[in-house]
Amino acid sequence: MRAFLIKRILALIPTIIFATLIVFIVIRLIPGDIIDQMVSQHDIGSEEVTRKSLEKALGLDVPIYQQYLRWMGDIFLHGNLGKSLWKETPVSELVMERLPVTFELSALAIIFSLILALPIGVYSAIRQDTTGDYVGRTVSILGIAVPNFWLGTMVVIYPAIWWGWSPSVELVSFTQDPWGNIKQYIAPSIVLGFSLSGVTMRMMRAMMLEVLRQDYIRTAWAKGLKEKVVIMRHALKNAMIPVVTIFGLQIPILIGGTVVVEQIFVLPGMGNLMFDAIQQRDYPIITGLMMIIGLVVLVANLLVDLSYGYLDPKIRYR
Amino acid sequence: MANSSLSIDSDHTFAPVRRGFFADFFIRLFKEKQLGAFGGVICLILLLTGIFAGVLAPYGYNDINPIESLKPPSAQYWLGTDNLGRDILSRIIYGARLSVIVGFAATILSILISTLIGITTGYFGGKYDMIMQRFVDGWMVFPGLVILIVAVSIVGPGMWQIIVVLALQFGIAGSRIIRGSTIAARENMYVRAADALGASTLRLLLRHILPNIMAPIIILFTTRIAAVILAEATLSFLGLGIPPPAPSWGGMLSGTGRQYMLISPNMALIPGICLTVVVYGINVFGDAMRDLLDPRLRGGGGSYSMRKRKKEKTK
Repeated sequence: MRAFLIKRILALIPTIIFATLIVFIVIRLIPGDIIDQMVSQHDIGSEEVTRKSLEKALGLDVPIYQQYLRWMGDIFLHGNLGKSLWKETPVSELVMERLPVTFELSALAIIFSLILALPIGVYSAIRQDTTGDYVGRTVSILGIAVPNFWLGTMVVIYPAIWWGWSPSVELVSFTQDPWGNIKQYIAPSIVLGFSLSGVTMRMMRAMMLEVLRQDYIRTAWAKGLKEKVVIMRHALKNAMIPVVTIFGLQIPILIGGTVVVEQIFVLPGMGNLMFDAIQQRDYPIITGLMMIIGLVVLVANLLVDLSYGYLDPKIRYR
Repeated sequence: MANSSLSIDSDHTFAPVRRGFFADFFIRLFKEKQLGAFGGVICLILLLTGIFAGVLAPYGYNDINPIESLKPPSAQYWLGTDNLGRDILSRIIYGARLSVIVGFAATILSILISTLIGITTGYFGGKYDMIMQRFVDGWMVFPGLVILIVAVSIVGPGMWQIIVVLALQFGIAGSRIIRGSTIAARENMYVRAADALGASTLRLLLRHILPNIMAPIIILFTTRIAAVILAEATLSFLGLGIPPPAPSWGGMLSGTGRQYMLISPNMALIPGICLTVVVYGINVFGDAMRDLLDPRLRGGGGSYSMRKRKKEKTK
């Protein structure tokens, strides 16, 4: 297990190098006129900002290979993601402020999507071609087809028209008012979770159908086991691996979704920070966020790989 | 076309009717996959609406008429008007044109990128493949939407910029599928035979490998086009896509219009419904196409359910 973990982490190194290169190249791609534009935008402020100082802040003042090495060194040796161009705040501090919001939103969205997807997917499979199955499949296809930004907009508009309810703009912290905090997150996480559940639900159904035809399921039936035991103990666990895989593949989609949902429900999370940074062309924040998001995705993929061993003891980590 | 093999002086008048590939495909689609056919009809309606938008739309997409703003549906304005007094129906119809243009252009370009990367890495393998694959890995670490909004912030908003950015994102992400199919096709005997006969690499790739990976390419095309349309709508919704007054369905849900949606919910409702229907239609059509074109990819279907098994057991 430990050897596997080390091997797996070592294998990530080339991926990380290419990912950082991509982020790095993104910054080099900023056309020069945008920097001029940024300088002119800055003239409105009190601070004196010149093209030179801006180039320095973006790390454009030394030869390109030095830029990359310096940037990488800053991140991995000092944990320094740079500073915001407009404010003097370090990027890591800004991100740390926003991380809990996005984390809570994502966690609740994942929980909701699984609560929706797994039972419906299993039910659809064991009652294939019944009315319940058709309802389940319709729900799953809706989860895929309904754009999350539209669903979010609807959830904001219609309750406001019908009951005068609108999501609160001020962030309620969990420690001060746990219930108020959950209430605030519930609508956005349901919107996000619903759009995630469609694919998982379809995969769950397809895999259950496949597993239910296996010989060991027939054996389980022949032993006279109850349906609950056959489904829960014999079928479900064996059907889970591709479901977990597809769920892992959805983590990037989840993070993309938080950008949209945070925008609609005015949640001050990482997506919101990214969006603001893009509006203000605050490139150090953008690169910093990309690095952190990339790492989160890599770690999530690693966790998905590790979960295979729990689901199927035949899979050994080597 | 359907009866092309039945010539009058042929002796084989009782031979089974050999149809062309497309005729056969459509007949099977309507016979075996009604839902997919329904999706196909939705795609066709979208396509025709896009092509004939100028004829179908009663007004222009940017005919501002402040006196008529925020009107409910009426005989004059079938779906009502928005905050600037523009006819929502006309904007939806022109929006279909925009979705068709962006959807097709970006998807075709993305398929070209996927095929170029996939076929070369899959065929040549070796160091080139390894480096390209690590690059694709690195690229896939970032969520699509994050890459898209960052890229748009660099190239700026606009239809062609959006098309290129979408094509790049979906093209790189899709190259894996083409690579996998290429590796499988490369091992076929006829490819080796052609190689042994001294066919050039280009000829091998274009005449022997490419035709044999057409099924995954077509499937990739249908699955991507829905994702591309949705991604464009999302970008436009975030204000990073095609700038107003262009009637992007996503853009219609965003921007200054948002505060008026409480008064006239139609402004938000209709574009969303259109997007949902279109994405649904393309998805079910794509699924049906996948099942018909590539039987190996068929999901767990059939009529072999547990219900029946139980009944058998009790017998």
